[in-house]
Amino acid sequence: MSPVRVRISRDKVRSDFVRLVNEISGQNVLNCYQCGRCSAGCPLTFAMDILPSQVIRLVQLGLEEEALGTNTPWVCASCMTCFARCPRGVDLAKVMEALRAIKLRPGDADRIRLNQFPREALARLPQQGLVSGLRKFTG
Amino acid sequence: MKRIGVFVCWCGSNIASTVDVGRVVEEAGKLPGVVHAEDYKYLCSDPGQNIVQKAIEDYSLDAVVISACTPSLHEPTFRKAVEMKGMNPYQCEIANIREQCSWVHEDKEAATEKAIKIIRSIVEKVRRNESLEPITAPLTKRALVIGAGISGIQAALDIANSGYEVLLVEKQPSIGGHMAQLSETFPTLDCSQCILTPKMVEVSRHPKIRLLTYSEVLEISGFLGNFNVKILKKPRYVDETLCNSCGECSEVCPVVVPNEFERGLSSRHAIYVPFPQAVPSVYTLDAEACLGLFPLACEKCSKVCETNAINYDMEPEIIEETVGAVVVATGYDLYPIDEIKEYGNGKIPDVIDGLHFERLLSASGPTEGVVRRPSDHKIPKEVVFVQCAGSRDTERGKPYCSKICCMYTAKHAMLYKHKVPDGQAYIFYIDVRAGGKGYEEFYQRGIEEDGTVYLRGKVSRIFQDGDKVIVWGSDTLTGKKIEIAADMVVLAAPIVPCEGSDDLARRLKIQTDANGFLSEVHPKLRPVESITAGFFLAGAGQAPKDIPEAVAQASGAASKVVALFANDVVEHDPMIVGVTEDMCSGCGVCVGVCPFGARELDTERKKVKVLEVLCEGCGACSAACPTGAAQQRNLNDEQLTSMVGATLAEALEGSDS
Repeated sequence: MSPVRVRISRDKVRSDFVRLVNEISGQNVLNCYQCGRCSAGCPLTFAMDILPSQVIRLVQLGLEEEALGTNTPWVCASCMTCFARCPRGVDLAKVMEALRAIKLRPGDADRIRLNQFPREALARLPQQGLVSGLRKFTG
Repeated sequence: MKRIGVFVCWCGSNIASTVDVGRVVEEAGKLPGVVHAEDYKYLCSDPGQNIVQKAIEDYSLDAVVISACTPSLHEPTFRKAVEMKGMNPYQCEIANIREQCSWVHEDKEAATEKAIKIIRSIVEKVRRNESLEPITAPLTKRALVIGAGISGIQAALDIANSGYEVLLVEKQPSIGGHMAQLSETFPTLDCSQCILTPKMVEVSRHPKIRLLTYSEVLEISGFLGNFNVKILKKPRYVDETLCNSCGECSEVCPVVVPNEFERGLSSRHAIYVPFPQAVPSVYTLDAEACLGLFPLACEKCSKVCETNAINYDMEPEIIEETVGAVVVATGYDLYPIDEIKEYGNGKIPDVIDGLHFERLLSASGPTEGVVRRPSDHKIPKEVVFVQCAGSRDTERGKPYCSKICCMYTAKHAMLYKHKVPDGQAYIFYIDVRAGGKGYEEFYQRGIEEDGTVYLRGKVSRIFQDGDKVIVWGSDTLTGKKIEIAADMVVLAAPIVPCEGSDDLARRLKIQTDANGFLSEVHPKLRPVESITAGFFLAGAGQAPKDIPEAVAQASGAASKVVALFANDVVEHDPMIVGVTEDMCSGCGVCVGVCPFGARELDTERKKVKVLEVLCEGCGACSAACPTGAAQQRNLNDEQLTSMVGATLAEALEGSDS
């Protein structure tokens, strides 16, 4: 919850950020009518700052800083439960992927360097975590 | 003694689960005069009615008691059924053992006892019932339609096209109502005037429709089938038959006042036509705005009028007519936005209501369809729309949902975007109610194709800051407080009943609800009939509704009128209160208490006379009459006493009285 009043304007709702998310994900985030079915079925919300549907909402309003400032896209495991159920055909996993890409592309973000991983840590890491980690952090 | 049959209905488990039907039948069979008692699972079904009809023949019954649901549901069914067997329908009575017994009790034994008592009392009543015939009265096959917006127009056309005369009364100088002010209509975006004006022309040319514009209904007396109507035709100071609407009078008129049709966004002269396609196409001189008629101050208009149509001495005219039915289509107004303090009290020039915005979008509007804000005529680039601006507010505004705002606001945002492609529309909403054919799709199109941004939350405050209008709201979906620096704000203020409709309803003696909307008899099954017989309802005067609904209701009201006119006489329920002349002392108490004007005192004979067709059988006179001369048919004092006696038989036995 934000006590500060957020100013929205046509510069924001039609900013490059919204265009970029749509372009990278191949989705139209405006199609989402905020029913919340994605959030209701998401198996990982326990670890998220805000719900997946709220991330979409922030993108719809062009609130870039807020949308990129949450951990939700990073917790998303791309299990696609949300997309399988979305009544508006929005592939949230792709939107989350787009948000991760936007965050990583400037180049100053953390990256996984496999050769720097301790061997025992690699042995403990579940395979799926490793795969999704690679996808997320090699952007 | 009358041979009476008692029939007890199970109503599936509705009655049978709480009332021991078998015992009720057994007890009913023992009642004096009852020669037959029987039960059936659904008496109202065809086989159920057949049982009753067969018993009438088999047992030569003179009267029948149906123990079932409320008489307001199936009394007509059973009265018709017994009539088919030659019994007078008023020898059939309903004992309500469902709504007044099984539905409201849980204790089966007590409920069974109560059902027996109810039946006992109705048997006592029917024993003394007279056979009655309906009262008939002549029927005037001419209709009055009040209000000539789209609903009134549709109702008038439907009735007239069925071959009956229609008197169409409109208080404004032109017909058309609010629909004439609209730009394009959802969800198909037809031009409102383009689809309305052909109907307006049809009204003006229809041989069966007599159109009275700039007129108001003053008073209606009489009853269903025979109403006497008094109409005031206000002087327009222009002879309708001579005016050729050349407009020269208006050009020379020195007076400039706000134009009501444009919601004050532009001006008009004192002599004017409201809009180019007005029907009738006749100028009207607004006497209040004119520099002076008594004495004449200017006379410029009459000097330039080539046809000498202007007549400063025109007097108000009272027109009296007889009609058989009335359609009330008085329409709506918008709740005034200056009542909403937190939205600027109507004092911020660029905060307007939905009808203002319609005029800004309209190709024939004051800006010729270019969206310009009122203050500086700039094209607004950020426009905020506020839904439920005064509706769904039990504390300060109107408690009800104004119903059409969700759709017209979606349309406003869409049309704005079409006209200002680099502009942005925002809509603050609580819920979006898009129930209607093609409505949901239309609303989604606005979001997907035209980028309308919906924000879920009611706006808390709107205020001016420089040349911007600041809107404070919230987006409850993200939990963020939102601020928008808008160029213009459009408030979707609730629909309220048309100004003066309360007053008219009082003069017509028809009912209105808590919000001033006209009341229908039944919200589902009789939605176009007023509670007062002979009055039918159409359009937004009954409840907020959009054009398709208003037109459908108008056609519904018209078909009710036409169905009435298909009869040669009107039939009236004979359950009235008469006068036993020998007992009437001529005190006249009953005359004063009668709400229908059905009783008159003959001062010479000192007796009261009853106008039978006006009596609705309410019984007020009967209660007031000190001598017992005013007796309700089939519910007279003797019947009432015997019914009470039958109900309380056990208690009376135990007492000494």
